[in-house]
Formats: sequence, C-alpha cells, structure tokens
Amino acid sequence: MPNANTAAANKQELLQQLQDLLPVGAVLSEPEDLRPYECDGLSAYTRLPLAVVLPESVTQIQHILRLCTRLGVPVVARGAGTGLSGGALPHEHGLLLSLAKFNRILELDPRRRLARVEPGVRNLAISQAAEPHGLYYAPDPSSQIACTIGGNVAENSGGVHCLKYGLTVHNIQQLKIVTAEGELLTLGSTALDAPGYDLPALMTGSEGMLGIIVEVTVKLLPKPERAQVVLAAFDDVARAGRAVGEIIAAGIIPAGLEMMDRLAIQAAEDFVHAGYPRDAEAILLCELDGINAEVSALILQVREILLASGATEVRSARDEAERARFWQGRKAAFPAVGRIAPDYYCMDGTIPRKRLPEVLQGISELSREYGLAVANVFHAGDGNLHPLILYDANRPGELERTEAFGARILELCVAVGGTITGEHGVGMEKIDQMCVQFQPAELEQFHAIKRAFDPHGLLNPGKAVPTLHRCAEFGAMHVHGGRLPFPELERF
Amino acid sequence: MRDHDATEQLQQRVRAAVASRTPLCITGSGSKTFYGREPVGEPLSTRAHRGIVNYEPTELVITARSGTPLVEIETTLAAQRQMLAFEPPHFGPQATLGGTIATNFSGPRRPHAGAARDFVLGCRLINGRGELLHFGGEVMKNVAGYDVSRLQCGALGTLGILLEVSLKVLPRPAREITRVLELDPAAALQHLHRWACLPLPVSASCHVDGRLYLRLEGSAEAIEAASATLGGDTLEATTLWHEIREQQHPFFADERPLWRLSLPSDTPPLSLPGQWLYEWGGSQRWLLSTAPAEDIRAAAHQAGGHATVFRRGDRQQAFQPLPATLLHYHRRLKQAFDPHGLFNPGRLYPEL
Repeated sequence: MPNANTAAANKQELLQQLQDLLPVGAVLSEPEDLRPYECDGLSAYTRLPLAVVLPESVTQIQHILRLCTRLGVPVVARGAGTGLSGGALPHEHGLLLSLAKFNRILELDPRRRLARVEPGVRNLAISQAAEPHGLYYAPDPSSQIACTIGGNVAENSGGVHCLKYGLTVHNIQQLKIVTAEGELLTLGSTALDAPGYDLPALMTGSEGMLGIIVEVTVKLLPKPERAQVVLAAFDDVARAGRAVGEIIAAGIIPAGLEMMDRLAIQAAEDFVHAGYPRDAEAILLCELDGINAEVSALILQVREILLASGATEVRSARDEAERARFWQGRKAAFPAVGRIAPDYYCMDGTIPRKRLPEVLQGISELSREYGLAVANVFHAGDGNLHPLILYDANRPGELERTEAFGARILELCVAVGGTITGEHGVGMEKIDQMCVQFQPAELEQFHAIKRAFDPHGLLNPGKAVPTLHRCAEFGAMHVHGGRLPFPELERF
Repeated sequence: MRDHDATEQLQQRVRAAVASRTPLCITGSGSKTFYGREPVGEPLSTRAHRGIVNYEPTELVITARSGTPLVEIETTLAAQRQMLAFEPPHFGPQATLGGTIATNFSGPRRPHAGAARDFVLGCRLINGRGELLHFGGEVMKNVAGYDVSRLQCGALGTLGILLEVSLKVLPRPAREITRVLELDPAAALQHLHRWACLPLPVSASCHVDGRLYLRLEGSAEAIEAASATLGGDTLEATTLWHEIREQQHPFFADERPLWRLSLPSDTPPLSLPGQWLYEWGGSQRWLLSTAPAEDIRAAAHQAGGHATVFRRGDRQQAFQPLPATLLHYHRRLKQAFDPHGLFNPGRLYPEL
C-alpha cells in the first residue's frame, strides 16, 4: 500500500503521463469534475479520488494499470455506480477508473445463445438486444435499468429470478480481465468449460480486487412461453415463511418467490398502486414459468398449497398488465420505502429459510432497542433478506445508530448459519462484519489469493477483505468480556 | 463403514507432510485415478472421512464429507424425490463426493442444469499450510469473500484437501421420456440448435450411430407438447443415459485413446479421423482416435474449445496447454493455497 507522501509526490507525474496515454477529456482532476464520482449507491460514504480516468480501449486500460503499478497508485473500477456496499468508493490517493465508455454490445449470437459485451453495457440492454431472437439474460437485479454487466460480475449480482435461473456466476461463460500488472487474460471460453482452474468463478464477486473486467460473454436463455404470478396474503409472517417451504417441498421451483412484510407492502402500495392487500402482515409473490399447459397445472397446485398453508387470500394476475403491476410493487419497494422516511439503509443478509421466523423476531426486537423502524423485503425462495432500516440522517447520531443496528442484523444472520451479504457485496460497508463471518486463517487465505493477482495491493485496496489488524481492533471493541453476540443461538 | 469425522487425522497427516515436505496423492475410492496426469506422492485417502452432515430437503441443500460415497448421497436424495441435478458420472461403485468435485465431472443434464461447480455452495478444506478453512455455506446466495468453493471444482485437489462440500439439490422431475430420431451428425447439430432457442424441457441429448436421442423431463403436459414439436419416436424405459454417463455404452468399448472435446456447441463436425459420440447439444464430443495429439488439439483450439486425453493415450499431456500468462497466474494461485507444492503435484499441469 502506498502512503500519502509517495502518492502526493507522484501526482503530477501521474497526471502528466495519463494525459499522454489518453485522449483529451479522458482525465479528470478538478474537484468539481471529481464530485459525481465521490460515492456509489451507498451515499453514506463519500470520498474524492486523486483523478478519474475514462479510457476507451482495452490497450489504454493496460497502459493505465502498468503506469499505476510502476508508480504504486491504487485503482478503483466503477461501472454505473449503483452498488450498495461502497465497492466503488474512490481511494483518496488513487485513480477512479470509469468503464462508462465501454458500452457496446460486441456480438450477439442467437445460435450459440451468447452475447459478448463490454463491461459498461447495462444489464437490461442485453435482454432488450436479445429480445428479437426470443432470448433474454436471466439475472435481473432490481437496478437492472441502470446497473452494468461489469459491476454485476464484480458483485455476482442476483435478482428475483435466481432461485431457478441462478446468479451472475451461473450465467456467464467467458471474461476478459486486465490484471494489476497490465496483463490481458481470457478466462473461461465459449465452450461450456475451459482448461485449468475455474477462474471465472473466482473473478465473479471479487469486487474489483483481482482484476479489471473488460469484456463479458453472457449466456442467453429462450424466453419461457408463459409466466404467471400468484399473490398470496397472510396474517402472519411466519406462516408465509412456512408456505415457501411447502411449495419447495412439493417439488416446485418457482421462477421467483418474494415476500414483503406489512410496512413494505403499504409503502409499495402507496407508491405504485400494485393492488397489494394493505391489511396483510405479509404477502408472497410466486412466479411460475414454462410452457403454457405446465404453468396452468402449476398454478392450481401452488394455489392449493398456499391456501392449505393458511393464506387469507390467493390471487393470480389476470393479465400481463396485472402481472407487471405485481412485480412493479416489489421492484419499487426500495424507492417506495424511501418515500416514507428521509433515509433508509438496505441490508443484505442471507439465512437458511427455516430460520426466518426467529430472524424476523430478532430484527423486530432490535428495531425496538434502536428505536428505528424496519421494512422487510425478502427473496424468500433463496433466503436473501433485505431489511430496510428507516432513519433520518439529519438527526445527530441517527446514521451511526442505523449502522450499528444494521451490523447487529448481519451478525444475527451469521449466527443462524447465514451470511452477511447475499448479493450486494462487502465493499466498504460490511468489512467489519467479515471479521464475524471468517476466521483469521480464512481471511489470510483471501489475502493470499489477492496477492496472487495483485502483488502490490493496488486494486480497490481496503475493501472486501479486512486486515487481521482491523479485525483485532473491531473484535476488541465488539466482543465484551469474550461474549459473542446472540449467545442464545446455536452456532454453525 | 460408519459415518466418521476424520478431520483431525487428515490435518495431522498434512502437518506432517508440511514438516517433511512430502508430496501427497489425495484419493477417495480411486475411481478416477485414470484421469489427468500420472498421480505421484504418498497416498492420502479421504475414505474414512465420510457421512452426510446435514440434509434439509426444503432448503434444497445437502452437506456431506468428502469421502462419502456418491451412491449414499443419491439414495438419500432420491428418498425425498430430490437429486444432484448435474448428474455426476461415478466411474466406480464407491466413487466419492470429493473426487466428483475435484474433477468437476458432470453428466448428461449439464448444458441444461449446470455443472458440478454450479451447485457448490460451500466447502471446508485443509490448505497447504495445514490450516482448516471454511468458505461459502449452506445458503443459495453468498458473496462474502472470494468464491473459493467453486474454485476447487476441477482443480484436481491441487489447491486443498476437501473435507466437506455443501451442494444445492433440486426436485426430481415428475416424468421423463426419451425421443429418438434418425439423423446424421450435421443434421442433428442443426436440429439441436434450432430447438435450443425454444423453451423446451430437453434435459439431455446425445448423437451416436446415426441416431439423435433427446431426453425430455418435467410435467406430463410439458413432455407431451415438446414431443409433438420434436417428432421422432418415444424410447420406452431406457438405460441409455446411464450407459453414456458411465461410459458403459458400447461406443466406449475400444482400444483407441478416448478424447473429450469441449467446443462451442455449433461447431460443425470436425474432420478428424476416428469415431464420434456427441453430447450436451454439441458442446461435449467424445472421439476415439489414434490421430496425433497435436492435430486434435489444434482442431479443438481453432474451433474455440479444448481437448482432453480422457482415457488411454498420453496422459502426461492430458490437458490443453495454457497460454503462458494464464499459466503464470495459475502458478501464483497454487502457491497461495499450497506454498510447498504438496497436493497432487503435477496432476493437472507439470507446473502446478
């Protein structure tokens, strides 16, 4: 890691050399030009980089990285900046490398059902381009109109359809990356596998720590003949949770299976008028897709399961417009909650589904303890929970209290055998909770992997994997008298 | 043999090996000893480390120790009408979970459901410093830390000794049938590509001896509708998919080297001498051939794929060579896990 003095001494040389490498206007260093890059989707953390670069070619990226390696300058990659964990937060002595100009779909091959795209292409743009061929790209994070595929790979993004269709890692076939030392590597292939280690798997979700993604080849799937969504209302959250288990026990893998609690339902209903029952304690949205006759049979089966599980109401979307509305309410849940409080903080833990009642109970107790309301949105099929903590950043101390509350929720997730992040990544935000989830030897193994690709620690330094020193400090502050949080819970 | 946790014994063996710098040859039942470069080192068996640790049918997750026989896992899942959707080949009655993950071997459903690596959720392993490590977990979505678990798939044990693996499981399909059509390879590939763009419940495909076989699975409604689209005849209760997966089909009874070519699915039939069996919609092709290795490798490479000496042939050159820069990062990664080069040295590449 470079220190402040060497970085500052290098600044003029760095800027001069970057200007020599890149076209006019591709190097930004005036504070007002840097301001738009000060944060990503987690706006609680802001920081200005030394400079922003907007390269246009892979060769330019290679030159930039070689230069940064020579001068010891950190590099943080950025796509659309929609990430929710501060992964694209700039480094104060480093370059922010924007991939905004890499926005072309290079090749769309309907025969192989592959699209080869630059990292700055938006997620939804891929499905739109594939649509005339009856194909689409399956992972659909809620931010899909804005987020880019490079960021999706860096975070291993999910979405509402990943129980059936998988995460980003299941839907990409080949990556091109530039390493910290400026080497261009092709990982994976356009066949179903490649010789050597599974580096596409290692790279996916690595949060810009191991390389800069410069090209992505994604798989495209045939659009299902029909998709239908069923909405079920419950007067008890635990009952809704059990209904999810019943659907899966019946051998059904829905295309999407989402749950929202009362506060989230009401916020979404007020915002987009999706037609949700406002008085329910929880709703489930269950989407079934496949060929027409199969979907019809599955809907009948799911209706019966839901009613037998105690649903107070079960509705199927009558037409495509109603189906879209049901989903719109879910996809707009975050902004909807944003309307009922000055600020909200979105958490992202995953838990074994059967532990849902006790986790919701725990969250509700913490909510009282911290005096902050919570709306829960849940990818119920795969156990990924998004509690949204409502707060007001203008009230002194409330952000800090919110962060402390959020940290407790994540620790609760770990305590029941889950994880601190299902799809948003660790970034800057959850770096201390990594100390709760992993032992020192595991963190040290992560650092060894990092050094294998980035020996000088220049790519996104300080994110994703905490130093053991940081964990020691966090632990000293956190574990009072050797007591772990949630001592009453069984450990895994 | 009863369930048993041999973590301590295995860790002690690794620590002793680290102290004496003794290379280890990690084995399960030995069903896949034929695969890859020649095994070297002192044998270290995982077979005593066995048993299903956790199975939650409604969570769609199973966790088992690496020495657990695949048969035991599959029987347990079948009792709940679930399965390992990647349909792993066993290649022996005692094949273990550890070997399955280490080779990433996947069966006929692979192009439709995913490979072994697509179902791995977490693992416990011993690294080359003798440390016990745990990555991932038993939940479907988990992006905390690098995906070390998937990285073990296909690494042939060169990055660590697997102790435990957690896998996503899926419900068994309600019904399956096989359709058969008389077609030459080129026409079969064309049909496969046309159908692959349609939402059909195809779960396996194979072309051999002038016939294209397609397995359909799902609800009765879905199968009936798809059968009409595909044409051909229905093959009643067939052992074909099992025979192909286990390489017990008559095609595989041969003296010539058996090559596995992994290619972009739409690659036209390659003009290499020998006999072919096509799988995975054209993406996996088995070739019985005495043609020079360099010819086979060049043809696979030119098509955008790679070729592996699967059985017989020169196993010291089992895998398609890596470009120098890529090999460089492979070596550094190997060092990150196994700094003394003790685990299955040279099994994958001489340098690893």
